[in-house]
Order: sequence, then C-alpha cells, then structure tokens
Amino acid sequence: MTEKLLEIKGLCAGVAEGGKEIIKGLDLSVKAGETHAIMGPNGAGKSTLSYVLTGKPDYVVTGGTMHFCGHDLTSLKPEERAALGIFLSMQAPVEIPGVTTQNFLKHAVNAVRKYNNLPELDAAEFLKLLRTKAKEFEVSAEMLKREINVGFSGGEKKRLEILQLSLLQPKLAILDEADSGLDIDALKIVANGVNQWRAADNALLIITHHIDLLRQIKPDFVHIYADGRIVKTGDMALAEELETGGYKNYLDEAQ
Amino acid sequence: MAQKPEITDSSGDKYKYGFTTEIEADTVPCGLNEDIIRLISAKKKEPDWLLERRLKAYRHWLTMKEPHWAKLQYDAVDFQALSYYAAPKQKVRPQSLKEVDEKLLETYNKLGIPLKEQEALAGVVAVDAVFDSVSVATTYRAKLAEQGIIFCSISEAVQNHPDLVQKYLGSVVPYTDNFYACLNSAVFTDGSFVYIPKGVKAPMELSTYFRINAQNTGQFERTLIVAEDDSYVSYLEGCTAPQRDENQLHAAIVEIVVMNNAEVKYSTVQNWYPGDKDGKGGVYNFVTKRAACRGINSKISWTQVETGSAVTWKYPSCILQGDNSVGEFYSVAITNNRQQADTGTKMIHLGKNTRSKIISKGISAGFSNQTYRGLVDIAQNARNARNYSQCDSLLIGSTCGSHTVPYIRNRSKSAVLEHEATTSKISAEQLFYCQQRGIKEEEAVGLIVNGFCKEVMQKLPMEFAIEAGKLINISLEGSVG
Repeated sequence: MTEKLLEIKGLCAGVAEGGKEIIKGLDLSVKAGETHAIMGPNGAGKSTLSYVLTGKPDYVVTGGTMHFCGHDLTSLKPEERAALGIFLSMQAPVEIPGVTTQNFLKHAVNAVRKYNNLPELDAAEFLKLLRTKAKEFEVSAEMLKREINVGFSGGEKKRLEILQLSLLQPKLAILDEADSGLDIDALKIVANGVNQWRAADNALLIITHHIDLLRQIKPDFVHIYADGRIVKTGDMALAEELETGGYKNYLDEAQ
Repeated sequence: MAQKPEITDSSGDKYKYGFTTEIEADTVPCGLNEDIIRLISAKKKEPDWLLERRLKAYRHWLTMKEPHWAKLQYDAVDFQALSYYAAPKQKVRPQSLKEVDEKLLETYNKLGIPLKEQEALAGVVAVDAVFDSVSVATTYRAKLAEQGIIFCSISEAVQNHPDLVQKYLGSVVPYTDNFYACLNSAVFTDGSFVYIPKGVKAPMELSTYFRINAQNTGQFERTLIVAEDDSYVSYLEGCTAPQRDENQLHAAIVEIVVMNNAEVKYSTVQNWYPGDKDGKGGVYNFVTKRAACRGINSKISWTQVETGSAVTWKYPSCILQGDNSVGEFYSVAITNNRQQADTGTKMIHLGKNTRSKIISKGISAGFSNQTYRGLVDIAQNARNARNYSQCDSLLIGSTCGSHTVPYIRNRSKSAVLEHEATTSKISAEQLFYCQQRGIKEEEAVGLIVNGFCKEVMQKLPMEFAIEAGKLINISLEGSVG
C-alpha cells in the first residue's frame, strides 16, 4: 500500500490582510511515488496554494483541512513544515544580502537534521556533501561564496533551488513555476535534478502554466485549477490538450 | 573607621545595626561637592596635583550644562542623588550562583562562559575564583613586566608611575572637553593604565586578565593607554556577558596616546543592562573615548560592538596629528525594545597624508531608536587627507528608528572624502524563505544580522568575535514574531 503524503479536503484560504478568499474548496490527495501537476491560467491563485501549504504568514486558512504524513499542517510553523519534509521551490527566490549561499545552505541542512534528531554536519562533512551536489547542478564554487540569490540570474536562482531540493531531500517538493525564465539548457538541469530526486517514497507537485517542464518530468496526474478549485483531473493528455485549446473551456466551466 | 563588634553577630536586629554601621564606614554620602572630592582623593591617597586637577574639573563642571543635542530622551540624572565613591554593595551581592537571576545564567550558558567567570561577572563572592584570578593576573603581569609593559589599575599607576600619569592623563581629553568628561575628571574612581615602551609589541591581547579583574571599577571609569614609538598593543574592553550592575549612570573616559610608528587596537563589547522590555531601568552610558595619533605613521583602530545600555552616548574619536597617521572606526550597534543609542566617531585630520576609515553598522529592532553621528574634520594643513565612510542601517520590524547624521568639515583642497550610506530592512519574504528551508525565525534574523555586520566582526580578535556573534543573536531575541 502506498503511503498517503498529502491530503487536502475542502480547503478554503485567502490573503490575511483584506481577507480576500482565493482558494475555494480545494481537494487533493498525493501519495508517495506520485507526481502531480497543477495547471491554470495566470492569476488563478496557483502560487497561493503553495504558500498556504508551506505556511506563509500572509495567508490564512478559512476552511477545510490539510494533512501531511498525518500532521495537521495548520498547527505547524513554516520551519516545522519544512523540517517534516515539505520543500517549496519558489517562483522568485528572495535575495538575502550579507548571507553567503554556502553558509545559508549549511544552516538549512543542519536545521532540518536537528529537527529530525540527526547529528548536525560539521563544516568538513557539509562541504564534502555540498561540493558533490553543486557539481551536479552546475553551481560553481564562486556562486556558493556569493550572497544568496543576490544578483543571481533567473537560471542561477532556479538551479540553486533545485540544489537545495537535492540537499534537503524532502518528502514532498512543490515546484512553483520552476521553469519560468529558463532557457532550454537550464530547464534540462532543473528537470534532471528533479527526476534524480524522485523516488518511491517521495512525491512531487508541479505548479505551472507551461507544458515544457511537464514534458520532461512526466506527471502521473494533471489537474486543472480555476477559480480556487480543481475543475478537472486527467493525465499528460490533458496537458497536451490545454496546449492547443487553452484554459477557456475550463474557465467557463468553473463559473 | 573601625567596625563595631556587632557586625560579626549575624542574628536578628543586631545584625541589621551592624550592617548599617558597615555601610556608613565604606561609602561617602550622596551628593557632590568639594569635600566629597577631597574625601575620594584622600581615600585613594592621591598626590596633591591630582586632587587639584579634580577640584579644577569640578569647579568647571559647575559652569557647564548637560548636552541635549543627541537624539536621546531620558529622565534627567540627579547628580546630587548619586554616591561618588564606588564601594562594593555588599547588601545585594549574591553568595552563590544559585542566588543569581536565572535569566542572566541562561545567557551566560548560551554564550558558553566558563563557570568561574560567570561567578565573577555576576559578582558572586567566591573565594577560590578570586584567588584563581589573582594568581592568573600575577602571572600575566610578571610576563608583561619582563618587557617593560605596565598594565595595572589607574589608582596603582598614580602611586607607582606618577610621572607617566601626570604627563598623559587629560592630555587627550581635557577636563573642559564636555559635561560628562568633566564630571569624570572630578570624580573618577578607577580604571586601567597601559604603558607600552618603545619598540615593544605586547605579546598577548590585554584581555583575559582584564575580563576578570576590572569588575567594580565603578561608574566613572578612567582608562589611559600610552604606546611609545614602534610599539603595538591590542586591548579588549568589556565582556560579552551582561554585567550585573546597579549603577544607573556610567560616564567613562578612555584616552589613548600613540607615538611614532606605533599602533593601538582597541576593541569593546559593551553589554551593560539595557533595561526591560518596557524601557524600565538600564544603564545610561555617556562615554568619551579618544585617541591621539601624535607620531608619524601611527595608527589607532577602534572596534566596538554595542548591544547593551538603555541609553548610549559614545563617539570614539581619532586625532590624526602625526603625518601619515591612520584612524579606523568599526562599529556595530544593536538596539532592541526601548533602547536608544546615539553613537559614531570623530576623525580629526591635522597631519599630512592622514587617512581614516569609518564602517558603521546599526541594527534597530523593537521600539528602539538609533543614530549614527559622525564628524570628519580636515584641517587646512592636512594635505592629501583621505576619508572613507560607510554607514549602513538595518531595520527589524516597523516600530524602530534609524538616523544617520554625518558631519563633514573640510578646509583642504587636496582632501578626498567618500561617504556611502544604506538603509535596509529584514523583509517578511526573507524570513519566510529561511523558514521554508527549516531555519527558525530567530535563527534567520541572527543569520541575516551577522551577515550584515560581518565586516566589523572580522576586526575583532577571534575568540571575542565568536562570543560577540552569539551575543548579537541573544540581543535580538524577541525582536520578531
């Protein structure tokens, strides 16, 4: 029997300030070993879903439930959700001046290890791990010494996100527009990194409105998200159909 | 005054009586007048010239007004309500660490302060600890004396090296300098004296000794450092652990004289009691620190990490008199809750080819307010003088304030002056990014802040820097969430 990782039932959520509801009764169930893609038009609130799942303070849950490996997510802080194994590759990773990439990564890896009662890695152990992984994602030693995300190109930022995915080894990875702003080569590195990480005991949730990344990652399920809900679920064929027909039919359906 | 025999009886009313007697014997009455100053001087068996200087300063102080130009708001100090002879307050001194505030101990543990040192910091009467530090002190002092280095309390220096003290005391900060310096000149109780003879490089950082021994130097501390030609010393003041202290007002003076080709590095970590969350209590820290680079090619470098005190008024300065002399000021100031700090530096360029560098990093959190105030002054004859100033402010939350007031006075056409300033804020996006990777909010703030002030922290001696880094995290506890 495959393990149920994420279970969302009737989720309603919105912006904390102003209270505008964006997610309006969303159901989603993700089992270990599965890859789900959520597709939808710009401005439908796809990113909101990723933020609500990871506990960004700007958003509030107003109804429904979300459970991750049996834990009620609404009662957990963002760092606890991360340490339990939810990773979000962000659409626009923020710059943190003064903090070198390498130092940041060490803090992150050890914070997660500490939470899970694993011994923290010392500087030498960490560097060894980092060097191996960095090579895979074509992240140079020079880049690791730079302040995290500061002055990074779009491609560099996304590569660094996937490097973090590989370092932190989460159970559920959410890729929010991981393909935006990437050229073909960079897209390949990202897709390869994700594919390498995929295993029978983890799951992937891809949020996108492009088909390019999906063609390389090949999801098991494709959901169409519109007006705060999943309005249709299918497989890769559904994504290909969207590529030609667009979202228009489904938007009408949602209303 | 002899103690009454009752004092040995520790039971009931008699003890109380005996105790009172002891207090009367060891302190001078509150208030400030010429008799009090004579009394302090007599207690310290000072020579006439020093008493005369104290009285001169006192008479001048009476004509002065407390300055109010700093961006600080605090209740007026009643100078007549203070006692000007710092006797140990035995009544409140804890007998063991068990009696010390748990929060204080928690902080010591977080900083990794050794147990014996914790006792010394908390003011515990621990006989073995005292013995221990005395022996350590003696060992160091002997080692230093081999090279002719003098390192002792200023009171001892007055007795044992009167010529040096008379020559240099007040030569960098004259008693007329400012209100607090003038008060200090009249009533200072103790402090440190360092003399590095010609050609000698101090073989160790003058710190470990000081850290244990310079407790209870009182609220009017006086430090004098003289570095003769071709000498070098690195001096560390203060400590990273919060110091238990009942004195509300601190008005210290630090004077440094640097001769030809000599270099002095002066590092401070100031962590006096900052008051509680609502701004009750806390130390008022009004300090005058100044170094005179008298010789050619002389160098002074100030590094300060200021995290404590309710109110800080402090501008470690450099008078660059000798040709080619160099002044540096590296500062990290952190204010949280209701703390206020008005701090910066003065670079006075008098000699030719003099260079100065100012790197100031201010971090404000909570409801605190912080001002960088600095002066770069280039005299007409200071040909080819150069200054580089960089003032960066980091805000945490939206209820704190940060201000930058850089004064520049330039009378030389050949001077090159550069000034850069930035203000940034730790954003919710940055914190969320860290949290999403498993890093707790407070650790994230520490990470960002330590990165922000890295440039200054790197200037601190290694061991000190590690503790200071931890201290930054502790100072910012409760600043988010």
